[in-house]
Amino acid sequence: MNKKTIGGVAAIILGTTAMTFYINGCRPKTTMTSQSGDAASKVYVAPGQHDEFYNFVSGGFNGQMSVYGLPSGRLFRIIPVFTVDPTSGYGYSEETKPMLNTSHGFVPWDDLHHPTISMTDGIQDGRWVFGNGNNTPRVARIDLKTFRTAEIIELPNSAGNHSSPFLTENTEYVVAGTRFSVPVGGNTDVPINTYKDNFKGHLSFISVDPKSGALDIAFQLELPGVNFDLAHGGKGPSHDWMFFSCYNTEKAYTLLEVNASQKDKDFIFAVNWKKAEEMAKAGKGVKKKVRYAHNVYDELTHTATSTIKEEVLVIEQKDLKEVVYLIPCPKSPHGCDVDPTGEYIVGSGKLAALLPVFSFKKIQEAIAKKDFEAEYDGLSVIKYESALHGVVEKPGLGPLHTEFDDKGNAYTSFFVSSEIVKWRVSDLQVIDRVPTYYSIGHLCVPGGASKKPWGKYVIAYNKITKDRYLPTGPELTQSAQLYSIDGEKMQLLLDFPTTGEPHYAEAIPADLVAKNSLKIYKIEENNHPYVTRGEKDARVVREGNKIHVYMTCIRSHFAPDNIEGVKLGDEVYFHVTNLEQDWDIPHGFAIKGANTAELLIMPGETQTLKWKPENAGVVPFYCTDFCSALHQEMQGYIRISPAGSNVPLSATLDNKEASTN
Amino acid sequence: MKKVLTFITLLAVISACGGQGENSANEGNRVSANSKLKKTDDVTKGIGKFKDVELPPTLDQAKATAGEKIYEVKCQPCHKLTDVKLVGPGWLGVTERRKPEWILNFITNVDEMLSNDPVAMAQLEECLVRMPNQQLTDDDAFAVLEFMRKNDGVK
Repeated sequence: MNKKTIGGVAAIILGTTAMTFYINGCRPKTTMTSQSGDAASKVYVAPGQHDEFYNFVSGGFNGQMSVYGLPSGRLFRIIPVFTVDPTSGYGYSEETKPMLNTSHGFVPWDDLHHPTISMTDGIQDGRWVFGNGNNTPRVARIDLKTFRTAEIIELPNSAGNHSSPFLTENTEYVVAGTRFSVPVGGNTDVPINTYKDNFKGHLSFISVDPKSGALDIAFQLELPGVNFDLAHGGKGPSHDWMFFSCYNTEKAYTLLEVNASQKDKDFIFAVNWKKAEEMAKAGKGVKKKVRYAHNVYDELTHTATSTIKEEVLVIEQKDLKEVVYLIPCPKSPHGCDVDPTGEYIVGSGKLAALLPVFSFKKIQEAIAKKDFEAEYDGLSVIKYESALHGVVEKPGLGPLHTEFDDKGNAYTSFFVSSEIVKWRVSDLQVIDRVPTYYSIGHLCVPGGASKKPWGKYVIAYNKITKDRYLPTGPELTQSAQLYSIDGEKMQLLLDFPTTGEPHYAEAIPADLVAKNSLKIYKIEENNHPYVTRGEKDARVVREGNKIHVYMTCIRSHFAPDNIEGVKLGDEVYFHVTNLEQDWDIPHGFAIKGANTAELLIMPGETQTLKWKPENAGVVPFYCTDFCSALHQEMQGYIRISPAGSNVPLSATLDNKEASTN
Repeated sequence: MKKVLTFITLLAVISACGGQGENSANEGNRVSANSKLKKTDDVTKGIGKFKDVELPPTLDQAKATAGEKIYEVKCQPCHKLTDVKLVGPGWLGVTERRKPEWILNFITNVDEMLSNDPVAMAQLEECLVRMPNQQLTDDDAFAVLEFMRKNDGVK
């Protein structure tokens, strides 16, 4: 849910807030009353000590993913994923530009919603974290050795990749359900009011190579033109299944706020992916002509390549009758969450006053007995009562998402009543509720969507902060709130600001990630085509109007640091290799007037800045990352001469040819 | 910020003449008290795993060549083969000035040496740039030492 949408319904929320809190009878007198005296000691991580968990938090409309420590709430990094990052040169350096290529060309921005950590046998393994691009539909894989985006794959036949990037139990597949249904095929220039006939919703199943993590769209399922919203994979007994929530079964194409809220129930699509996989392997899909980009970053050449692919395997709706079953779910379901045992599926109707919990066992029995109440576009709709385990009565208003702890409890976020409600999965009884400040969207328990929740905390990711922080003009910080769940009662421990807009987030014990963290790129393994392995090889090479500068850096100089013989009309490529092999010693490279950004080059890495000089003269460049006592001395000059000039090409350090220095 | 702190720490190390300084450049770990130079250690051998190294009188040509290759990639930007100081001291005569153990320890245990070894610390006061840990293995370090010996005229 994005903030604009929230703005639209803000009036309703404000109007109902007072009433809601009255009903729940739990609104604290002040914002301080729910916080107890020992909260500070529970989140205090002493200087030099490390946090217990990593928290990977979506940046929403900043298109990036933030990395926080828990319980301190300290921000460590913002990983550039779908949006350019001038700080690191991501999307500006020649090596990283291809990462943001799409079938629409270079797209410098997106909206990232749902970080999901890879799992082995349903348990977080800390190898990769996936993110979805919600605007220009894409899925990214971030490597947790390097904390860098390693791969991005675009999704054809899709628009608004919201129901993503959720995983099957063993990370066999990352799924991507389209939020917008769209016309597909040869002619997509159709009247919008032919939605019912021409618009289709596709679910993509992206396979993940178990060793390398490499992504590939294995198959897509062509389904009715609804809006897919969220999803979660089955586990244990429900391993073969994936559950997708949807709204707009009305197939409205205008004023969805009203027109897509007509029916009492929408659906959770229960998809037997194992069966779909078998069909795909048996050639029962249709190869459709499409265009999508697949971008891969190579850690040894430090370079990304982008490939445009033109075909995708689609299993058509008419063949999915025994693969996809629909479970009625009240009032435009949003979250669709599977408990650690894999038996219970919680559907959160955004506009519902109760929380239905479905039973996987009962769903299977209903399918076996053909206990259906209707058909929807040729797909079987299971009887609501037959699939239902039970409901949590009067839990709150506006349920959105549910996560689970290691003791059989569930935690559901309520946007409208702005609270987290703790309830027991076994008997569906509400145990506790705490207010959030304000208007919680997603929430996260470490490992809380997996087979093995680590428990300890629940974190609220809020849409509105209002008076919680010092004001900063009309635009306020976004925020998260950390609650202890060790006891029966939840206890608010900490507010911490977040960047962009936080949607989903996952947390993982630090031990599972920290031990694999890469410290340097080994210079011996650097296979960049323009690597400079030592100052002996530093040089400048002219190829037509392209000037390739093979440059090294080490504390505290560049080699070469004086370059002459470049002429107007030339394009200069600074290929800068950081010769350091020491942890946490990047060097920066910036040149005056460049219409791009800086480079930030990690130890052992090579990165390239393309620069087109516009005027004759001498232009300085320097290191931007304070690297040593003599950092301020780490600089150089490049001389640009007029087009017809006969200044010879030279690259020197200390007045000697760089290579002979 | 971290870099600034490193710089401040470095100044602190210099002014405190060692012993109290924390090793801030590598992994953020503190140097434990027992890793400081013990009275019984031979000061001229530095701090690290190399306690007693016997070198043959003649040069291992192949090893020296391997060392030269490593030098070109990882050492040459800062160290000349003459006695002229660049970022760090020139290498000419280094194998006469320093014991082989000290050289090997400095290459492989640079952060601890810069924090606690009086000779390395004095050198840092002159050069003001911490020698990077260039991740040389023990074999790499021996090869570089052999190349230093060659540079110093060992046949």
